Amino acid sequence: MKRITRWALSLMACASLATAGATELRIGVMTTLSGAQAVSGVDMRDGIELAVKQLSGKVGGQPTRLIVADDQFNPGAAKQIAERLVKKDKVQVLTGIIYSNILLAAAPVALENGNIYLSSNAGPSQYAGAQCDSGFFSVSWQNDAVHEAAGKYAQDKDYKRVILVAPNYPAGRDATTGFKRFFKGEVVEELYPKLGQLDFAVEIARLREQKPDAVYFFLPGGMGINFTKQYRAAGIPDKTSLLTSQFSADQDTFAASGDAMIGVYNTGHWSTDTDNAPSREFVAGFEKAYGRLPSFYASQGYDAIMMIDAAVRAAGGNADDPVALRKALAESKFKSVRGKFSLGPNRFPVQDFFVRVVSRDSKGRLYNKTESLVLSNHADAYGAACTQK
Amino acid sequence: MLWIEQLLNGLQYSLMLFLFAAGLTLVFGIMNLVNLAHGSLYMLGAYAAAALTTYSGSYVMGLLGALLFMGAFGAVLEIVLIRRLYRQDHLTQVLATFALILIFNESVRIVWGVQPLPYDMPAALSGSVPIVGDLRYSAYRLALIVAGVVVALLLYWMVARTRVGMWVRAGASNREMVQMMGVNVRWLFTAIFALGAALSGLAGAALAPLMSVQVGMGEEVLILAFVIVVVGGVGSVRGAFIAALLVGMVDSLGRAWLPGLLGTVLPPAIVSDLGPALASMSVYLLMIVVLAFRPMGLFSPGATSLWPKWLRVRPSPMLAGSAPGSASS
Repeated sequence: MKRITRWALSLMACASLATAGATELRIGVMTTLSGAQAVSGVDMRDGIELAVKQLSGKVGGQPTRLIVADDQFNPGAAKQIAERLVKKDKVQVLTGIIYSNILLAAAPVALENGNIYLSSNAGPSQYAGAQCDSGFFSVSWQNDAVHEAAGKYAQDKDYKRVILVAPNYPAGRDATTGFKRFFKGEVVEELYPKLGQLDFAVEIARLREQKPDAVYFFLPGGMGINFTKQYRAAGIPDKTSLLTSQFSADQDTFAASGDAMIGVYNTGHWSTDTDNAPSREFVAGFEKAYGRLPSFYASQGYDAIMMIDAAVRAAGGNADDPVALRKALAESKFKSVRGKFSLGPNRFPVQDFFVRVVSRDSKGRLYNKTESLVLSNHADAYGAACTQK
Repeated sequence: MLWIEQLLNGLQYSLMLFLFAAGLTLVFGIMNLVNLAHGSLYMLGAYAAAALTTYSGSYVMGLLGALLFMGAFGAVLEIVLIRRLYRQDHLTQVLATFALILIFNESVRIVWGVQPLPYDMPAALSGSVPIVGDLRYSAYRLALIVAGVVVALLLYWMVARTRVGMWVRAGASNREMVQMMGVNVRWLFTAIFALGAALSGLAGAALAPLMSVQVGMGEEVLILAFVIVVVGGVGSVRGAFIAALLVGMVDSLGRAWLPGLLGTVLPPAIVSDLGPALASMSVYLLMIVVLAFRPMGLFSPGATSLWPKWLRVRPSPMLAGSAPGSASS
């Protein structure tokens, strides 16, 4: 009996798919929604859903169906889920993935089927360079870029001696490489704690001993929260500046780290105080809908939908023609919350990066106060290797 | 000065690992239960402490409340579920307790959300204190060292000097015999599980202000705790203590000094790859070495002498053949 019901249900599901109109836009949102890494994924999803809601459920003027799925922070599962989204749900665009390792497993599924992957976060160097694909777009950044901005900032501040802290895995190495690409002073030491390490007493003792001018750390999520709290408790003199990127100092970590984050300088492409109309509308809308300030993850999810919206309109509302949609995306002119936005020849953004300092706003909440422009119209270092235009 | 700070770091880390592993080794050794959900108890302790501290406004209330809550929670969990697993084989236990991890993680997510909880250390301990010369050390970490030593001593006293402790030691070396002798094993097991849960929760609660209180925080420590249990000898609290010191020190000092030591003989490019890899392996290398020489771990269950049996000078064959646990003299 049970089996029969299941059959009937899947038949009904097929039927409902078959009756769907040809102009329907189907967007697959795959992101990390369960487990310890879910904070960023939840913000991503909320940003995306907000954008669709603000467009009255019609992205690009077309009836839109969002299919949200949890990648479980597991590349194997992510690949299967991507197969399901692309082949069964027939999504034209897949987006939402936070982590590079998940993206490298799942994005090929969409690309091999001639669909579009629009990255709203991870930007692994493979897709920016030699492996670039005419169906792969980024609305966020190439992985190194944010760290390059931090390196540039450290260089501008004329720091002489800097220590780098990053987890011992590919993205951690990319971070230190990116930083060193723009920082010309002395890197006294590079510390590579294990990914997921929670106690940094040993590393902090090294920092105290070396007395560098600045410490640059790339420790995503909980690692960054722990590092900052423990660093503050260790009583290291203020002569050493604490420098990081949006991955360790944004709305997703502020609640848990509390006052420890205040005064931390960090680089990013957008902040809640970015002063333009789309950003103000986004922040106000997000706060009203979810009762909290959006993180940069949410802003990128929001931008992804707005980018698709502009492209579908430019393609004449036909989301089923991947070639036209790709062309429209590559030339897309949409109002990004970060202000000016354009894509380079490898379909990764060419954009400005800012340094922000964690401060309190008038309501006593932590936010990133934009200090100054660090890199202007910055393109990534891999675009030259991209041959598939 | 650096070496003093690193030693203190190693000590603090070791003591917290011990609090966490003590419950695990007792439950594993005495009830023969592989409890993968031990890490969840650590996480729940941290969440309970954070929630109670926010609710009551007092750090001490939060910590004590979390300790009591976790003890009670452990007892209930044992009576409702864990009790049914003792007679099952290890595979069933692993599956059931792994299911518990998933259930606890998602429950916490439903109750508190995915955002890590804010939890700050008490103002009195949030600064740093001078140790020697210009070395300053986090007051909170120092307090953790003191608390860890006190709890370890209390536990030692309980296991080595009280009647309940005697049952525990006897239970670890021969469960059937203890039952034969008329000890109410049912309630003894509940008490041990509750104690283990309370200790694990205490470790979570005590470390929470230094860490981010988040879903899945217990899984990272769980693997190290199993290393400690195996190195120390399953079921031995003293073994767990010595092994926690070994593991904590090797891990901390390995991370602190291994890259530097390698740097004296190898070029920097190789060191930056090899150093972190070797440092994160060091604990497991230690385990391999110990197990190669002592396959059952450093300490057999129930022994109360500071030295493991194989190091002890035996007064006579007669005494050496007597029951484990009698060597406390």
